[in-house]
Amino acid sequence: MSVISRGFGGRGGASDPRVPPGQYVTHDFPVLSAGPTPYVDTDEWSLDLTDVDDSRSALSWTQLMAKPIEEFTVDLHCVTTWTKLGTTWRGVPVSAVLDDLDSEAEFALVHSYGGYTTNLPVEDLLDGKAWIVFEFEGEPLEPVHGGPARLLVPHLYLWKSAKWVNGIELRHDDEPGFWETLGYHEYGDPWLEQRYAGD
Amino acid sequence: MTPRIRWQRARLVDSRLETRRARTLVFDVPQWTGHDAGQHVDVKLTGEDGFTAQRSYSIASASTPGRLELTVQAVSGGIVSPYLVDAMQLGDELELRGPIGGWFRWTNELAEPVLLVGGGSGIAPLMAMLRQRLLAGSAAPFRLVYSARTPDHVFYANELHVISQGRRGVDVDLLYTRSGLPGDTRPPGRLVGDDLPLAAPDAEPTRVYVCGPNGFVENAARLLVDRGHQPASIRTERFGSSGG
Ligand SMILES: Cc1cc2nc3c(=O)[nH]c(=O)nc-3n(C[C@H](O)[C@H](O)[C@H](O)COP(=O)(O)OP(=O)(O)OC[C@H]3O[C@@H](n4cnc5c(N)ncnc54)[C@H](O)[C@@H]3O)c2cc1C
Repeated sequence: MSVISRGFGGRGGASDPRVPPGQYVTHDFPVLSAGPTPYVDTDEWSLDLTDVDDSRSALSWTQLMAKPIEEFTVDLHCVTTWTKLGTTWRGVPVSAVLDDLDSEAEFALVHSYGGYTTNLPVEDLLDGKAWIVFEFEGEPLEPVHGGPARLLVPHLYLWKSAKWVNGIELRHDDEPGFWETLGYHEYGDPWLEQRYAGD
Repeated sequence: MTPRIRWQRARLVDSRLETRRARTLVFDVPQWTGHDAGQHVDVKLTGEDGFTAQRSYSIASASTPGRLELTVQAVSGGIVSPYLVDAMQLGDELELRGPIGGWFRWTNELAEPVLLVGGGSGIAPLMAMLRQRLLAGSAAPFRLVYSARTPDHVFYANELHVISQGRRGVDVDLLYTRSGLPGDTRPPGRLVGDDLPLAAPDAEPTRVYVCGPNGFVENAARLLVDRGHQPASIRTERFGSSGG
């Protein structure tokens, strides 16, 4: 079906190959959150890790900072159709956090302060595809954007990049997270426009 | 597998101006089966040159098969909203899909008290909840706190006036940020703690829905937590990046 909206005109210009289908470029940094912003001190912050055998460990802020830190520039794609190009972050690759566990888990359920969760295949968290970030454009990450630390998985829609991250639960099965139980896609690839369940 | 939410053809059959820069658009959507109050649709516009743009808009009407209403505020320099407010004419068509959103949602069977906190165009999904409540004859106590720039910026002004006079367990508080009415006891200004009810410690927790531009939602959600509302009972929907 192609419905033409009479009188609606484009803005000219070639489309940018960095922008996935159905997305548009914004220069702001809009916010998508289900509830109030939690405010968490780095002194209190911890990242709880649970493996498939129920073994548990935790990483404090100081321990996180002792891991290898990377600076990188990526594009962000939100399911609400904005894309933000060339954002620069500092953070610890998730592999540096998970490799010690040497887990056989296939899936991860990521937990946040405030109760938010999101699910991903473990392979999408490893090999330089995901980070625990704490600096955006040279400044400490603001609480409204997920500070003190959030997950960043730029190749998936941004709801997978859990703000206020405080746990990674490794699992054999794929347990849907918060938005995923509320009708959003289980995987969320922006290049395939996997916005909602069934897309 | 969950079936895909399909794009549907929607034809503009009626419209009214809410303010000088905001318009309610009434669409005929033959295959629309209804929605829950608070949900939104994704709208897709396609120009004759093939250019397309998608944006999300909350459904402002109560659930009716075959029909829905959106209220759109024109954002200057925007691609989609100025078309919907200024250019789209009766009989013109667009595509939409939905209903979308399982969290920012109110349904008839919920009995607990509800607090709606809206800023600017963030009133749209809250109005759907109010309308749904009245349509369903629900007895859930509702209170709306609605912040607008001036009395000229209030959407649904007549309907809200009628509702506030009806004494049907619905309270409506209008607040102005820039300038109010002569005789207002509250000086104009952004939302402050005193504008919001305290959480009643022993009563059933109030379900709170906050909607508007991000700056408004951030501020309101923080004030609500300060007023004793449980973070888990506060649901937010954020429309855009700028404050207001
Ligand atoms: C779930 C959801 C529901 C929404 N419901 C409604 C609704 O019921 N009514 C409504 O009017 N809008 C609603 N919006 C906002 C809407 O989706 C668009 O963002 C808005 O109409 C602007 O689109 P545009 O194409 O005109 O502007 P764009 O071309 O996207 O942007 C143009 C300029 O305006 C700025 N801008 C973008 N959005 C906003 C904004 N909301 N406020 C201020 N500045 C902005 C941009 O940063 C940019 O500089 C909703 C958004 C979401 C995510």
